[in-house]
Amino acid sequence: MPTIELEEHADFQDWQPLARHLLSKQIPPDDIRWNGAATGNLFGDDDALCPDDITDASHRPSSIRISRQFIGLARFAAAHRDPQRFDVLYRLLWRLFTGERKLLQDAADPLVITANRLAKEVGRDRHKMQAFVRFRALDLKDINSDRAPTIYTAWFEPDHYILRLNADFFCRRFHNMDWTIASPYQSLHWIERKLFVGAGTDRSQLPDHDDYENYWRCYFANIFNPARLKIQAMQNEMPKKYWHNLPEAPLIQHLVKGAGQREQAMLLAPPKAAPKLPSKTRFDRERWLKKKRLNPEC
Amino acid sequence: MELMQKLAILADAAKYDASCASSGSIQRDAKGSDKGIGSTSSGMGICHSYAPDGRCISLLKILLTNLCVYDCLYCINRHSSNVPRARFTASEVVDLTLGFYKRNYIEGLFLSSGVIRDPDYTMEQLVEVARSLREDHNFAGYIHLKTIPDADPRLQALAGLYADRLSINVEMPTQQGLAQLAPEKNHVAIRQSMHFLKEHIDESKESRQKVNKTRSDTSVIPKRRATNRLQFAPAGQSTQMIVGADDSNDATILHNSHRLYRSYGMRRVYYSAFSPIPDASANLPLQPPPLLREHRLYQADWLLRFYRFNVNELVSPDQQPMLDLDIDPKLAWALRNRADFPVDINRATREQLLRVPGLGPGGVKRILDSRRFRRLRLADLKRMRLSLAKMKPFIITADYRPGNEPDSLILRSQFAEKNHAQLLLF
Repeated sequence: MPTIELEEHADFQDWQPLARHLLSKQIPPDDIRWNGAATGNLFGDDDALCPDDITDASHRPSSIRISRQFIGLARFAAAHRDPQRFDVLYRLLWRLFTGERKLLQDAADPLVITANRLAKEVGRDRHKMQAFVRFRALDLKDINSDRAPTIYTAWFEPDHYILRLNADFFCRRFHNMDWTIASPYQSLHWIERKLFVGAGTDRSQLPDHDDYENYWRCYFANIFNPARLKIQAMQNEMPKKYWHNLPEAPLIQHLVKGAGQREQAMLLAPPKAAPKLPSKTRFDRERWLKKKRLNPEC
Repeated sequence: MELMQKLAILADAAKYDASCASSGSIQRDAKGSDKGIGSTSSGMGICHSYAPDGRCISLLKILLTNLCVYDCLYCINRHSSNVPRARFTASEVVDLTLGFYKRNYIEGLFLSSGVIRDPDYTMEQLVEVARSLREDHNFAGYIHLKTIPDADPRLQALAGLYADRLSINVEMPTQQGLAQLAPEKNHVAIRQSMHFLKEHIDESKESRQKVNKTRSDTSVIPKRRATNRLQFAPAGQSTQMIVGADDSNDATILHNSHRLYRSYGMRRVYYSAFSPIPDASANLPLQPPPLLREHRLYQADWLLRFYRFNVNELVSPDQQPMLDLDIDPKLAWALRNRADFPVDINRATREQLLRVPGLGPGGVKRILDSRRFRRLRLADLKRMRLSLAKMKPFIITADYRPGNEPDSLILRSQFAEKNHAQLLLF
């Protein structure tokens, strides 16, 4: 039984050439073990199969055409942390090629439901990463005067292996900045408009504060309306698991506690000391419109 | 005044504008230039944070200043109020926007302002901030500008070239309400301005579509500059009504929304529950409306836009002037129209399926897709993660039909009880 060797955080790019190869050899899903760390035999050879073996173009079968819909689904599902994901995807691929061409449209098929669920969870994680990655500026002026003086660094802990999947979003948006996004399993570095994918790390390597975070916290605290509390709605969209990497999160408990009091105080307090505007500055619409009609100017 | 203090005052002053979206624009990014920053998409926006009031924080939403020469009674910044006042310079706003954006705190800027001196002067200041972001800093992120109806059309036209979205708040559901509570605002000027924006938005969209047809590559717009004649507020316009500051009922509000969507091509109408403000005028109600009322209005608004409901099916001035607070408007409609149910999942049209309580457009699509492969049974619906509890009294599947049909009143109280428990968390 062939065993396929893939790293724990392998994604679509790692899986695709292997899947094509296996499909072209017509190896059915039941005959394959997608096993991260195990070694084994493929066709009796001594080495197990891994992605590097398939990069040679001569291995690429030209007769296999895979639908865009499947590729879209697989790109996402393959980034899920469930170790079964590659088995699920290969089974799907196999069925698509052995007579069930429209399988992906059968929304009630259990395998399709599973694959869609994986893709959906990855999609949500990816969207949350785009939302919750927070950069901190690191000034490099003294270190290396040849490169850009500031590098923006961020620490993020995704649920799934989505860094490569999300790289394009950050490259397009922050195209002219140097930045790094580090996670426990992998890191992305965008230096002088080129992308480098590196190893995972820990957050001690990164800056622990940024002056703009004070302004951000000030904004967060003030844009919130204490007359309305919808904590469940807030937590549904911004789950607590993200809070320890968000600079505004420490404010939340305090804001919630104080909200009821603030509303009461607002209604009961005597007018503040700030003076009212002089009434002669109040707007007279008719007069202004008349003046405009008499003096049209740019 | 220090920047931090200004930010506190002018963010606080901006909280009553419910608009938060960073969605629906066109695709842009920073790749076209050497020093540009930012990107937008034509799809969903991104909520970078959420406040404890449940509202998404997507943009830096601030007033340029909360000084104001108008005296709208419901507004905390009205002329006769004595809140502390502040004013940003254009470059302060630009710096804050870019600083936040580079750290990925926001999708862009939402800029409103009190009216200072007169509408033209104020509009000039607003436009200058947007111009500077686009032209001096090659900012390609999202910009939402408030538009002041009486401002010179040339300034309004300029605003559209720099902004993704423009908005004018109708504020009151009725002309009388506006005249009574916002004496310097004029309903004719508001409508004219909305019409003006609609014309420009539509014209620009048509030009883009023509250009797309003649292009061989897939890029949406020329990436030469951050501003471009083909982009007039590509994310359209929106507006807001304050709910519960006057005595307008839900029927009035929703008929007004329907008109706004139809006549001005509004992308969104926001409903903002009137919030108690300090130093309130005696003409305002003492109590705010229940928050739930705002929620039901949004649900009704969704039904109009995505579920093909007609406004007369949800409310009517005589029989149903207010939406039911205890149950959602879709369920309320179903209970009033039992004769249309149960709906056969395996045979019904899309329109009929969209009417089933608990079934949304996504679920309807999944049903229509999988129907071609099999006759759907209850277990299939469950596997597809549809809300069976809500749907069951109203559907037939290959292996199920509702039993002795319970009385509408009983059904209603069953669902109302469930809702009540959930809403305590609200």
